[in-house]
Amino acid sequence: METKEIETNSEKREKKPLEKVCIICAKGSLEDVYATLVMANGAVMEGIETNVFFTFFGLDGITKKSMNHLHTATTGNPAMRMPGGLPFPTMLGGLPGVETAVSSMMRKQMEELDMPPVDEFLEMITAGGGTIYACKLAVDMFKLKKEDLSDEVDSIITIGEFYELCDGDRTQIIFT
Amino acid sequence: MAVKTIAGVQVNVSDDGYLEDMNQWNKEIAKEIAKEIGIELTDKHFEVLNYLREKTSAGEALTIRKVGKSGIVDIKELYVLFPKGPLKFSSKIAGIPKPTSCV
Repeated sequence: METKEIETNSEKREKKPLEKVCIICAKGSLEDVYATLVMANGAVMEGIETNVFFTFFGLDGITKKSMNHLHTATTGNPAMRMPGGLPFPTMLGGLPGVETAVSSMMRKQMEELDMPPVDEFLEMITAGGGTIYACKLAVDMFKLKKEDLSDEVDSIITIGEFYELCDGDRTQIIFT
Repeated sequence: MAVKTIAGVQVNVSDDGYLEDMNQWNKEIAKEIAKEIGIELTDKHFEVLNYLREKTSAGEALTIRKVGKSGIVDIKELYVLFPKGPLKFSSKIAGIPKPTSCV
């Protein structure tokens, strides 16, 4: 009897949709950056306020020089498969040029699914009102300047400033 | 699935309110669905809606990127026309199924 009451109560409970997401990208591999971009763009498309914070190696995803040439690891990546599904030998992954070839193949496959290159993906996110930030500490560490970063980057901010942007009780922080 | 009367026409809609049969759609239905969402339709809106319907009829999966490259609107303008739901709201108003793509 009591259980039933609780169920009825929870059914009555008002839905509280997410209002804001703050996504942190700290890694620079193809899959880490794309996970961030897909989640950020998806949030913008759902009308959710979106802040994205790139830090450490994640900065590769917003650095003009590197953003469209990201790699996926061919060594130490147990999920890596050959075309056809056979395991990808780590020894092979270590040969010069293999990682580059595999990564460009992956980018081509993503393009077929209408996943844009990184620079265009960033534009899509900001076109919908999402905001891209770079981490000040990491930018200093890698000796980068604002002009080295994509034009879609709003500003270089500290982690404290980032947390200030994460206010609101319907906000989620996602670390990819 | 449910039956709903929109603009005086009985149509089949999904649980989310998307038309089940895109052939039941007309401009008046579009206007009414748009009004529910809070959008006043202009000619530019209809250009986008017609594009979405054409692509859907052709069996193509839709993404905002594709609409952005259609020559009708860029992505920024698409967001202006359909705030907070560039693909979701436009599909709903165009009488086509809920988008299944993630970009």
